[in-house]
Amino acid sequence: MSTLHTINKSPFDRASLQSCLRLAADGNAILLFEDGVYGAMKGSTVAELVEKALSNKTIYVLGPDMKARGVDESKLIDGIKVVDYKGFVELTVENDKVNAWV
Amino acid sequence: MSDIKKFMYVNRKAPYGTIYAWESLEVVLIGAAFEQEVSMAFVDDGVYQILKGQDTTEIGVKNFSPTYSALGDYDVNKIYVEKESLEERGLTVDDLLDLKYEDEDDDWAEKDSIKVVTSKELAEILEQQEVVLSF
Amino acid sequence: MKFGIQVNEGPYTHEASVSALNFVKAALEAGHEIFRVFFYHDGVNNGTRYTTPPQDDINIVNAWSELAEKHNIDLVVCVAAAQRRGIVDEGEQERNGKDGNNIAPGFRISGLGQLIEAGIQSERLVVFGD
Repeated sequence: MSTLHTINKSPFDRASLQSCLRLAADGNAILLFEDGVYGAMKGSTVAELVEKALSNKTIYVLGPDMKARGVDESKLIDGIKVVDYKGFVELTVENDKVNAWV
Repeated sequence: MSDIKKFMYVNRKAPYGTIYAWESLEVVLIGAAFEQEVSMAFVDDGVYQILKGQDTTEIGVKNFSPTYSALGDYDVNKIYVEKESLEERGLTVDDLLDLKYEDEDDDWAEKDSIKVVTSKELAEILEQQEVVLSF
Repeated sequence: MKFGIQVNEGPYTHEASVSALNFVKAALEAGHEIFRVFFYHDGVNNGTRYTTPPQDDINIVNAWSELAEKHNIDLVVCVAAAQRRGIVDEGEQERNGKDGNNIAPGFRISGLGQLIEAGIQSERLVVFGD
């Protein structure tokens, strides 16, 4: 089984990202979208946690939500992949289920 | 609709401040009629949903905490509570509702529905699910 | 692949409805099937035809209705959540003695069992919420 986790909250608002990283299995995929995209940015106090997670999980960020918020790709933590809605759909197909951290 | 799927309801929000906890419980009760393999997880502020001693008389909304005690009668008896979430909030299992069910495979012996699991254990349980409904 | 979608937030306050719309559109473009979109919690507010946003803003309710018509998508508003929040169709109007109804085209009001059924029948259930 593989899981796609979706996170739509800024890690500075709620701990959805932190909880997801605690409870996601190795090899799982995580998509940051809506306000979740802020968790993908370099230099924040959660960046270290995200970098550590990248060693055994794949992390994606939704491009349209990044763009809307003025978050440039150059600001992303190395290793995070940008997808569009087509890519979002593909991720849900590639994984067996989706766990939304709402 | 003959196939049976593993459904897990993940509860991560406190009661009363928002309606999610109560409306989530309504889904669990309705879902029980579909005879799927159901479990529930209480994580983060979701653990506050099953805290003992809730009394809503002075705020004037429905106290739905007694409903959790009925879950056993609906064959919802796999209730996982994350240990780390409890500890972070200074709680232990003794602070939680005493949720029981009668095990039909064991001469209707009364058993605890709540199982406190570590995040590592819960991660494995989550991996085994087929449908995750989050509230 | 067959998708079930759950929308837990109303339009405008929260991005969830727009995210769900964009996801559904992308899934349809990729040739997937949307078994059902289920509106729960404040998500039921996606189903009122009285929504009138300014002209330069997206009309989320109309977007759902148009999508439903074009692709024959089942848009289901949870009855219990709808009753709490005043979303009414003809049947509910009659049953509860209301003086009107406000359900938008393409939406129908039904029970929570429709969400469970979407979980069983769909190969993937994707939740959009707060």
